[in-house]
Amino acid sequence: MNAILILEQSLNGLQFGLMLFLLAAGLTLVFGIMDMINLAHGSLYMIGAYMVATFSQATGSFWLGLGLGVLATVVVGVLLECTILRRLYHRDHLSQVMGTFAILLMSNEVVRIIWGAQPLMLNPPAALAGPVELMSGFSYPAYRLLIIGVGLLVALLLWLLVTRTRFGMQVRAGAANREMATAMGANVRRLFTLVFALGAALCAVAGGMLGPLLAVQVGMGESILILAFVVIVIGGIGSIRGALLGALLVGVVDTAGRTLVPLLFEKTMGPDVAANAGPAVASILIYVLMAAVLFYKPQGLFPAHD
Amino acid sequence: MKRYSLQHSLVALSIGALMAGGAYAADQVKVGLLSTLSGPGAGLGVDIRDGFNLAVKHMNGKIGNLPAEVVVVDDQQNPEVAKQTAERLLKRDKVDFMTGTVFSNVMLAVGQPAFQNKTFFISPNAGPSQYAGAQCNPYFFNVSQQNDALHEAAGKTMQDKGFKRVALIAPNYPAGKDSIAGFKRFYKGEIGMETYTALNQLDYGAELSKMRAANVDGVYIFLPGGLGVNFIKQFVGAGLSKDMTLYAPGFSADEDVIRAVGESMLGTFNTSQWAHDLDNAANKKFVADFQKEFGRMPSLYASHGYDAAKLMDAAVRDVKGKLDDKAALRKALEAAKFESVRGAFKFNTNHFPVQDYYLRVVTKDAQGKLTNRTVGTVFKNHQDAYAKDCKMQNL
Repeated sequence: MNAILILEQSLNGLQFGLMLFLLAAGLTLVFGIMDMINLAHGSLYMIGAYMVATFSQATGSFWLGLGLGVLATVVVGVLLECTILRRLYHRDHLSQVMGTFAILLMSNEVVRIIWGAQPLMLNPPAALAGPVELMSGFSYPAYRLLIIGVGLLVALLLWLLVTRTRFGMQVRAGAANREMATAMGANVRRLFTLVFALGAALCAVAGGMLGPLLAVQVGMGESILILAFVVIVIGGIGSIRGALLGALLVGVVDTAGRTLVPLLFEKTMGPDVAANAGPAVASILIYVLMAAVLFYKPQGLFPAHD
Repeated sequence: MKRYSLQHSLVALSIGALMAGGAYAADQVKVGLLSTLSGPGAGLGVDIRDGFNLAVKHMNGKIGNLPAEVVVVDDQQNPEVAKQTAERLLKRDKVDFMTGTVFSNVMLAVGQPAFQNKTFFISPNAGPSQYAGAQCNPYFFNVSQQNDALHEAAGKTMQDKGFKRVALIAPNYPAGKDSIAGFKRFYKGEIGMETYTALNQLDYGAELSKMRAANVDGVYIFLPGGLGVNFIKQFVGAGLSKDMTLYAPGFSADEDVIRAVGESMLGTFNTSQWAHDLDNAANKKFVADFQKEFGRMPSLYASHGYDAAKLMDAAVRDVKGKLDDKAALRKALEAAKFESVRGAFKFNTNHFPVQDYYLRVVTKDAQGKLTNRTVGTVFKNHQDAYAKDCKMQNL
């Protein structure tokens, strides 16, 4: 165990956490304002990744691809909201789960038809493919630093939007008490379409940025969606601040767990047990974290509804 | 008198029919090719399929002089899905051979239904230690290599080259365990880190920082398909390639991976029982025609698919199309009278190959294209460590 390992793992945790935050932010607003469980949120992440990949390859520029991909995903998101999701707001949670799960399955099939079953392998922009020396003896991948930068920037913009603008005020009001916000004259219907568009844009940024690090493939939204739900449950439903803190917690715990738990097992129980039990225990660590948070704060860390 | 002779001829007829029964020549050969065609492992299955189909094309659409029908199905790298699909191929489509499987966890799920159905399974890649040892089965043949083999060759190479302390990384599934066991059988130096990752993991940030802290001079990875692509990109991106040398089995450094990763692969050593520059007539034709047909270099997976079809062809020809005579068909398969693209090939008593293993390195060819070049032989006529545990049953 040394300082560089801890520093590097913290950066990895931060990078993963910030990307989770982009997903969780949209998810928590939708849940908080319209009381809507949207299992198709992960599909927007997948569609975003495919859009960014396609536009990057077509234009030959990662940045242009990212911009166009985000725009295209927003269009898809708004269309989805206006045509289908809007009809589910007043139904119970079970209908919403069924309805959005169906959308998730259909999106996977449509993506498979358009782009094929094999994953797209993206490369990061050539200038960012190598390492950056942060201090002597410690280099960190440039592309992961970029992800951290973009994540922080988007988080800052989102914070300004929610706390400093009229739109943000209405969003917060809607999340805290929808009936009261409507009574005070907020157009919740239009507000919600905007929130949904924003959520889709955040999904596309996350999908596009993670594309070169992971792989752009059918079903990529499902595993990360579960983590995003864990994040908003920990953070408190409807709260942006909670989503940020929850995402960073999950990111750091998950990354640290994958290093420390096997190491700990190796020291105490021998390499054979560590090889088998280590990864298993590491992967349930975030659920233990969730259980612990809910035990002390059943509403999550920063609940929007008081 | 008349009645008597009628009875006689009836008896004679039915005896004749009985004797012929079960040994009629079939009028076609049906092959169930169940492979991984979606997800991060898809490139592997696609290469096996394309290699198999190329062989069938070379044989004018026939296997053993009979018209061939190849039913291609995606197993989605999911043992449950694969098992159901295998049942369908065996019971409804009544295939004569099963093949295609890439991943060992899938293989262990679909083997049993095929064996129970008395259908020969020619594995073009998955070679789990279970089927090589105590659980060996007369209906199972592996035309590629036992799972440990490439890793044994890599372990021996790293031992011979004098690496002192290495990091090992493999996915947490049967072939992952086999790979590390195989590597350690021949590498006797220190192991600074031994990590098993989830089979669908694509981000190796945590493992890479552990690797940096473990202070090793060599790294050995067994990460097939897209997993290896991501690992190598991130390994280079993290700047680790300056401090430690990366070794891989052919699985993680073949044409599919080189295509996706690019220049950073340069100088990566890897072990394989096949290479596109092996000097034999069958291989030259295979490599040239594969490029013509599909516009890319074949990988070792493609060579396995190709050889699987050639093995079936030789066996069916040997039994003159009498596919119902299982004992004869088994004998014919064991004889393996086909020209393998890897050169010399024969089966051990456990139906796994006894063959040579080579060391390759990723270099630029004369046209400046990145590709593998064979630099030497690691093992001659190598057999796996499990054959002694195999008591091959009769049919």
